[in-house]
Amino acid sequence: MALSKMDNLYRQVILDHSAHPHHHGKLDDSTNQIELKNPTCGDVLQLDVKVKDNKIADIAFSGYGCTISQASASMMTDAVMNKDIDTAEDMVEDFSNMILGEKTDTDILDDAATLKGVSQFPARIKCATLAWKALHKALNKK
Amino acid sequence: MDNKTNQWREDFPILNQKVNDENLVYLDNAATTQKPQAIINDIDKFYQHDNANVHRGVHTLAERSTEQFEAARVKIQKFINAQHSDEIIYTKGTTDALNIIARSFGEENIHEGDEIVISYLEHHSNLIPWQQLAIKKHATLKYIELDKDGFVDLEDAKKKITDKTKIVSIAHVSNVLGVINPVKELASLAHMHGAVMVVDGAQSVPHMPVDVQDLDCDFLAFSGHKMLGPTGIGVLYGKEALLNAMPPVDYGGEMINFVHLYETSWNDLPWKFEAGTPNIAGAIVLGDAVDYLEKIGMQNIFDYENKLVAYVLPKLLKIDDLIVYGPHDPKKHTSVISFNLKDLHPHDLATGLDMEGVAVRAGHHCAQPLMGYLGVNATARASFYFYNTVEDADTLVKSIVATKEFFKNGTV
Repeated sequence: MALSKMDNLYRQVILDHSAHPHHHGKLDDSTNQIELKNPTCGDVLQLDVKVKDNKIADIAFSGYGCTISQASASMMTDAVMNKDIDTAEDMVEDFSNMILGEKTDTDILDDAATLKGVSQFPARIKCATLAWKALHKALNKK
Repeated sequence: MDNKTNQWREDFPILNQKVNDENLVYLDNAATTQKPQAIINDIDKFYQHDNANVHRGVHTLAERSTEQFEAARVKIQKFINAQHSDEIIYTKGTTDALNIIARSFGEENIHEGDEIVISYLEHHSNLIPWQQLAIKKHATLKYIELDKDGFVDLEDAKKKITDKTKIVSIAHVSNVLGVINPVKELASLAHMHGAVMVVDGAQSVPHMPVDVQDLDCDFLAFSGHKMLGPTGIGVLYGKEALLNAMPPVDYGGEMINFVHLYETSWNDLPWKFEAGTPNIAGAIVLGDAVDYLEKIGMQNIFDYENKLVAYVLPKLLKIDDLIVYGPHDPKKHTSVISFNLKDLHPHDLATGLDMEGVAVRAGHHCAQPLMGYLGVNATARASFYFYNTVEDADTLVKSIVATKEFFKNGTV
């Protein structure tokens, strides 16, 4: 059955993150906020980041989206927590390269590295990258 | 009917392929339809034998292409029972046609305080042109409510359409809910108040008989690619008197009568609205698509799709956790069916179906205000055409159940 191919996309850890997302909600004391929309599907992601001493001291996301976008957001918040800004920006690039099927260092990405299989599902790449794009935009918001 | 195939399916070579190792089941016909081999051949034939610009040359090829281009217009005129062939304007598609009405008729006739009336189920292409016109002219945009099944509510329409209303524009068939709206009754309401009636026929003209004189609509817009034709060609129908009074929106070649240094007089209908070299092959082949459809018969197509809906809708309604939008009575439902699995995003559902070879659309279907009205962010949508079969319907149902199980329990 061709549905078994979906195992590459929806690995258990991804389903777990989607069902029980980490850092889901809002921050009272965020320094950087952004709302990003995926215009093709109407999904919405709000990201609250608290930057302190050039580090991501806290982060939370809310909004609405598919399994992949929710899991990706949850994994992203785990991965970048307590990282300094430059490292987080490198991770944004590593994740993007990984999703586009390019060779890249994925160790630093933690659970987010399990989304590698998305590269075989071109229609879903935007779902996986939404949270990381939001992080990049939030960190660069003047 | 035969479950596995029907007499038309073999005409569509694209349907005969594997997708993700499964037989392709194409159920995204509301987005665009597939093309029969005859139509694909006709495009080749035109470029191999007859290609020349229209209305410009005296040479033989120019005459041939012009003759075919205008013959297609007459076919389309008869297809929707327009009174005159010059009421058929070639456009890029439905969106283009609706924008022309807004930019020409709307620009001339909408003034401050006037009303434009649409409904909550409109596609963005029958919403944004009116919304932007209303903003520009300080006019009021009003939305007719939907009834419990999702039909544009006539009772509410009677309240919303007033003597201030200048334009009423409504989808004949919803691209999400699959309802057929009472556009004939709405046209008569609009006329009672001195307004014009615009019908978005993108989802109706390909699937059912549409008679503009019977509907008494003032304008009708539809797309070629949703009815077997190529992309980039569509039709704006308008009543001759209205079109004659309307200014052109695009300027250039073809649309002129005589150009002086400081003024220009316009060409006659329909060419006044067809500036520049048109999609000649597209128009000619759209005429061929009309021939193909008429050979089957639009009533036969409507009846066949109705039978498919009567077969599949009850099966969908029986799936636990599947929410089906729009009417649940197959008699009220055309072959566009939107649904969601509880607690699963439609994109995940659509990826699951794709793995089973089933092509459906997932998203907001260019109808975000309707999504808001339904209280959802997005839906999955299966849309059938006459080349789909009972077996296609069975595969859809089976694949939805398998996808549901996958997300509950992993691979079965």
